[in-house]
Parts: sequence; structure tokens; C-alpha cells
Amino acid sequence: MSDVVENVKDAPDGFFKDDFVLRGNGEQTKIDSNFASMGYWKEVRARFLANKGAVVSLAVILLIVLFAFAGPKMTEYTYSTQNLSQKNYAPRIPGFDDMPVFNGNEKLNMTTGSKIINGYKKNGDTGVYYWFGSDVLGRDLWTRTWMGTRVSLYIAVVAVLIDVIIGLSYGLISGYFGGPVDSAMQRFAEIVNGIPRLVIVTLLMLVLKPGIATIIFALMITEWIGMSRIARAEMLNLKEREYVLASRTLGASSFSIIFHEILPNIIGQIITQTMFSIPTAIFTEAFLSFVGLGIPVPQCSLGSLISDAFNSFTTHSYQIVPPILILALLMLCFNMLADGLREALDPKMKDM
Amino acid sequence: MTGTVFLPFRQLNFRITILQKYILKRIIISLFTLLAITLVLFILLQLMPGSPFNDEKLSDDQRAVLYTKYGLDKPVYVQFFKYVGNMFRGDFGVSYNISKNTPISQLIALRLPVSIKVGFQAVFIGALIGLILGIIAAVWHNTVWDTLATIISVIGVSIPSYVFALALSYQFGFKLRWFPMLYSTSHAFYSSMLPSISLCMFTLASIARFTRTEMLESLSSEYMELAESKGVYGFRLIWRHALRNTLIPIITVLAPLIVDLMTGSLVVEKIFAIPGVGSLLVTAITSNDYNVVISLSFIYSAMYIGIMLVVDILYGVIDPRIRLSEAVNE
Repeated sequence: MSDVVENVKDAPDGFFKDDFVLRGNGEQTKIDSNFASMGYWKEVRARFLANKGAVVSLAVILLIVLFAFAGPKMTEYTYSTQNLSQKNYAPRIPGFDDMPVFNGNEKLNMTTGSKIINGYKKNGDTGVYYWFGSDVLGRDLWTRTWMGTRVSLYIAVVAVLIDVIIGLSYGLISGYFGGPVDSAMQRFAEIVNGIPRLVIVTLLMLVLKPGIATIIFALMITEWIGMSRIARAEMLNLKEREYVLASRTLGASSFSIIFHEILPNIIGQIITQTMFSIPTAIFTEAFLSFVGLGIPVPQCSLGSLISDAFNSFTTHSYQIVPPILILALLMLCFNMLADGLREALDPKMKDM
Repeated sequence: MTGTVFLPFRQLNFRITILQKYILKRIIISLFTLLAITLVLFILLQLMPGSPFNDEKLSDDQRAVLYTKYGLDKPVYVQFFKYVGNMFRGDFGVSYNISKNTPISQLIALRLPVSIKVGFQAVFIGALIGLILGIIAAVWHNTVWDTLATIISVIGVSIPSYVFALALSYQFGFKLRWFPMLYSTSHAFYSSMLPSISLCMFTLASIARFTRTEMLESLSSEYMELAESKGVYGFRLIWRHALRNTLIPIITVLAPLIVDLMTGSLVVEKIFAIPGVGSLLVTAITSNDYNVVISLSFIYSAMYIGIMLVVDILYGVIDPRIRLSEAVNE
């Protein structure tokens, strides 16, 4: 058998060879042969891939991101070129001229009934194609939709990343030091949290110049609280554990304990919370643009596109469909992705 | 024997003091928050360009007289306390752009009931349907109904209310003409249906989701087994034994609901042209009527803080763990 037993036999205190049998070597340790042991991330990946809704959502998000970058380059138009002679054209795609959709026809409702008109044929622009149609200033909606998606995604991702950094540091520090530091920090957070976000954002936009940076700033100062709460709760939970005590005994600094010992252990929850924050940020941006506090023209975002198209949405309803569909898809998919990630990263949280 | 008699009495005594302390603490924090908001609003007013007496025809002496009359020559902190007093009494000054020189309190008094009515209808519809959906999903767990309810709640939670508003307004208002597309005071109830439905989706979805989880928990509990073994069945079993224990924790979803209703109402009121506070805020923002924006911000904050205070106190009354943990934190 193994060398240990051999050693025992050679030992001078008179044990026999089979007095002690070493267990837990080789095959015997495989207590559970049905489930081979798996690394944490491998297990997470397997659980995530088993969730069809989350995987489909991820695919849809990736597709939208891809189009947000490649889409504007696929046509000859830019997002701000106006062509007033070609305004309010219905969607038309090459090869679809005889199909029921994307043929450039649009039904107009009149007081005397409805009639079908085709702006392309009427004005003799037979070689012109606007894939999603053109807006009231003759701008290509395909290009504008994907430009708007790009701006919305950019705002959401940057804002959420800043929120993660602020919220995480705030929560971890508050939870780690506890006592008066924690009390003061929590009172402050409570007061900030007591102010409706709507009010903070509205007032900020009044004082600052409207633009992408202002929206990011507004999202930054309102959205960090959720992250800080989670970080604080986890810190309170983990800081009494033995491994932290061990690390402290060995002389680790507070900084090292917070960022090297605790942080890696709560990374799963942080990812989940981040994914939940992105749709909130996208929504807030769209909401601000719709109310009229969004980014200035000719730049566009999903919210400002919806807001522009809303003015004529009963006459030219095709203009509002693409931005609203992408907004709805993004929000839905990010939420489902976040749900899937939560279940994959922390199966205990499933019912919460 | 004495111990068992004595203990509940002591617990009761203990509970009341902790609860009182908890409520007091919540009230103080709420007041501080409101004061902080008023301070921010006051600072913003100071930062706004120009003064109310920008007229070039005024001489310096006349301006000084006006400043004295309106207390603008006093130190800033005196002005601030006067401002706080005015705000808390409901004196918000006058509107400059929307309707010139109308007191803002008058504008708001006309519009607030409309917004509250639409919001209340939304909460009512959402809570009712959400509850029914949640119960169905839990009782017929892992069936088609359950999947359907889950899909509805995922969609309702993730898609913003103004997407619903636009879709409903287009389909039922414009295409089918079942409901009016715009709000009208002559058919107030009928024309407020579409806005209420679009606002209620988030409420509906979160209540359905929450009821399902809570119902599943109480359905698998031992007191349900006991009730069943006593011979209680059917509707009575669900209604009296399972649902009662489910309803209490539902107040935990109230907070996010209120936030959503407030932001949702702004856009939905704009889409359906409802003469409420939300559309007043939107108009005030677009026409740069700072005074109205600031007054409405105060009203929104006061309402929000008031509701949060009630929700927090309810949490504390219902769930002893919350007030105890607050007490331990001290």
C-alpha cells in the first residue's frame, strides 16, 4: 500500500503493519462519484447556460450592441444629414418593393377615409432607400436609431461603472469600520436616498448644461446607494469570518483586507447588481430625453428619438417603432440576463 | 408558572418602547431629509441668474426700498428660515412663465387631485390583478398559468410605463377607438382608463411576482397542512389561511412602486395630456419656469418622504426584526 504504512512498520514503537490504514488517499476521497468536482466559475457557466431565457437575452444584447456600432456605417447617410425634400418616407428596403412590408408604402388616415401613398414614387426618388424610413427633417432613421442606441448604451455603461466604484467603496468602508463612521455614513445615505431621484435629476439638469456628461453625472449621484447597501451588508456578514481574522493577525492593513480579502468574495453579487442597474440607467436617460432634459440636437438617444417621433406617431407610426422596440428589448433582456446571472452566481438567492 | 405569566408582559413593555424609539427616529430622519431638500432648493434659487427686480428703470434707492420690503437685505440664513417657513406653510410664490403671477399653490391645488386619482386607480387595478395573477400562479404551480404569470411579471417589471402608454394609446385609442386618446374632464373616468392601465403594469407585475413567492411559501407550510387536516378546503383554505399570511409582507414592494408611479406619471400625463402635476412639471421644465419646478420638487419630495415614513413605520410595526436591528445598531 502507501508509504505511510510502510513507515509505521519501520517505526520503533511496535505497531503492526495494518494497525493504521490511511484513508482518504486516491480513489477513496471521491465521496461523490456522480458529480465530479467543478471549479466555481465552471459551475457558474454551466448553471448560466442551462437558463435559456438568460442565454437568449445575452445573444439579443450582443446583437443590439453589434448593430449599434456597425449599423450607422451600413448606409450612406449620417445621423445628422437633413434632406427636407425626402421627409417622412416610410421604411423601404431593396428587394421588398412587392412585399407587404418595407415597400415604402404608408397608409394615411384622412377625415374622408384612409389612402395609401408612397413618398418615393410620388417624388420620383426610386433609387432611394430608407431602411427604417426618414423622419420629419428627412434624416435616415436606421442610422439615427443605431446612433441613439449607441449613445444610450454608452451613457448607461459609463454611469453604472462609476456607480459601482462609488457605491462599492462607500459600502465597504462603512461596513468595515462600523461604529460612528458607519452611523454617520448611513445617515448621509439615508438622507440622499430620501430625496426622490426624479427631483435630484430634474434639478441637476436645470442647473447644468444639457449633454451626455450631465446625464452621466445625474445618474452617478443617484444610483450608487443600491450598490453601497449590498456592499455594506456583505461586509458586515464577512468581516467576522476566520479568514479575515487570520489575515489581520498576520498584519494585513485595512485597505488590503477590504480590497483583497472581502472584495473577491462578493464579486458575484456586484455583477448581478450592476446588470440590474444598467436597465435603470437606460430607462432614466430615455425618460429625461422624453421630458425634454435630454441630450441636445442633432445628437440623439433612444429617448429623444421616441420623443421626436411621438409628435407624429398617429400619422407616421413607423417612426416610433424602432427606438421603442429597441428600448423595450434592451430593458427586458438586461433584466432577464441579470436574473440568470443571479441564479448562476448565487443559487441560494434564487427565491428572493 | 409565574415566569410564563410575567414574560409576555415584559416583552410587551420592551416592544412598545423600542417601537416608539424607532418611530421617533424615522420621523426625525424624514424631517432632516426634507430640510436638506429645502436647503438645496434655496441654494438653487440663489444660483439662478438675475433678481426679481432687474428692471433698469429702477434707481438704486428704489431697489433698496424693494429689497427691504421683501427682506432681501437680510443675511442669507434669515432669508433661508423665512423660505423654509413659507414652503412648509404652502406659500410657493408665483409662476413667471406658465400663467403669469398666478400663485403656484393655486396651480397645484387644481392639478394634484387629478394626478392622485389616476395614480390611485393604477394602484387599485394593478394590486387587484397582480394579486389574482400571483395566487393563480402559486395555486397552479408549474403549469401553463404559472409560466404565463411569470412572463407577464417579467415584462411588466422591465418595460417602462410609457412604452405601454404609447402602445395602448395607439392600439385602443387611435386604431380601435375604444377609449379616448386624450384625457377630458367631461369623461374623466372613461378617459383615465388608458393612463391608469399603462401606469399599473409595474404595480401589477411586482405584486404578482411577490404574491407568488409568498403564497408558495405559505402553501407548503405546516399550518396549511393542519388546516387541511381539519377539513378546510378550496376557496376558504386559500382565502383565510394562505392569503392572510401572504398579504402582510406585500408592503415591502410599496416603496419601489411609489417611485415608479411618480416618474411614470410624468411621461404618461404628457402622452395623454392629463392636467396633473406631472405634466405641469414637464411644462415648467420646457418653459424654464424655475419657480414652479422648484415648488413641484418640494411637493414631490414631501409626498415621497411622507409615504416612505408611513411605509417604514408599517415595516417596524409588522416586522419586529427591523426595529430590533435598528435598536441594536445604536
